Amino acid sequence: MDRIPILKLRDLLLVTIQVDMHDRLAMQLQDELTARISETSARGVLIDISSLDIVDSFIGRMIANIAAMARVLDAQTVVVGMQPAVAITLVELGLTLPGVRTALNVDRGMALLELSSDQTAAARERDVDVSD
Amino acid sequence: MSVAPDSALARILKTYEAELLEDWMREQMTTFSRTSKIKESDLRSQSAEFLSLLQQATQTGNPSDVTAPAFGRVRDMLGDMSRSRSISMKRPLFARIQKELSNDVAGLATTTWTATELLDKLGLITTETYQKNREQIIARQQQELLELSTPVVKLWDGILALPMIGTLDSARTQVVMESLLQRIVETGAEIAIIDITGVPTVDTLTAQHLIKTVTAARLMGADCIISGIRPQIAQTIVHLGVDLSTVTTKATLADAFRRALEMTGQRDKVSRARS
Repeated sequence: MDRIPILKLRDLLLVTIQVDMHDRLAMQLQDELTARISETSARGVLIDISSLDIVDSFIGRMIANIAAMARVLDAQTVVVGMQPAVAITLVELGLTLPGVRTALNVDRGMALLELSSDQTAAARERDVDVSD
Repeated sequence: MSVAPDSALARILKTYEAELLEDWMREQMTTFSRTSKIKESDLRSQSAEFLSLLQQATQTGNPSDVTAPAFGRVRDMLGDMSRSRSISMKRPLFARIQKELSNDVAGLATTTWTATELLDKLGLITTETYQKNREQIIARQQQELLELSTPVVKLWDGILALPMIGTLDSARTQVVMESLLQRIVETGAEIAIIDITGVPTVDTLTAQHLIKTVTAARLMGADCIISGIRPQIAQTIVHLGVDLSTVTTKATLADAFRRALEMTGQRDKVSRARS
């Protein structure tokens, strides 16, 4: 039975999809990832799909769902390394993943998450200043 | 009866091969001397080869079936010749047939008919071969044009530009989209500028294609800027009710490039390098 590993990197979770994604695997990932986010109180989730060659409407929707769920649990989700063929398929299927942030590779994705957490921290400090 | 005229044709071809060649050459020279660039010596050797091949083929094969293997070499030969040239062989050939079979009316009619049918069929093969070659050339040129017309240029570190020229149809947009996304993966570029200065008209379909390309690039983690929008095109886009609000648009490539440098945080570096 295939399992998709979820790695914890400081306050981020890294999900690398390296096997062919089928529907049950996607459901399982959704369960495990939401559990891990609440367990570790992660601030960000990186989903690396660079080895995913084929995508269908269900998987596309799963990715969007996982991102939305993570957001509800207060973790920013970045989908990284999408292949051109996958991007074209998703656009043709009309799944443009609104609200999901994207980056070219894991490195850029982490930079993006760090930047946004810096901004949140700065905003929080500003709030504190105002309340003082 | 069916054997006699066929063998008669083969016999005539064999007996009068040299004479036929001379007459045919004369016939061809009057027709082609002005239009064709082919040299007389080449024409002669080609015609002679064709005649001997045809003569061999009529001896072994049935002249009413030109697709038979006996005519294989004749068919190959015809590929290099033009249609009117094989037709121009009729007159010399018919003259010989008439001379040979003048006292056999039935044989004359049948042999003439066989010869006409044979030459017409051969002419048809020439036309088909010619047309097929033409179509192949056109298809290849179309493909080359498609590849040539979509260059993806690297402008700066992490900035790609795609100058689009000509009308955007579905097939071309597909190629454009694929090559752009592929280059984004290869170069790891964060920003792609799509310049549509060379696109004469933008309709709803073209706009749809552009939006699709931008969305696909965004899914991969790269931002797109559309530049080179001429005033008329801006008006058309608004009149058509196309929503480009999700896409960054700039009037010129220079503006788009400046914005791209700002977005990648390289603006200061550039101005420092210049000073």
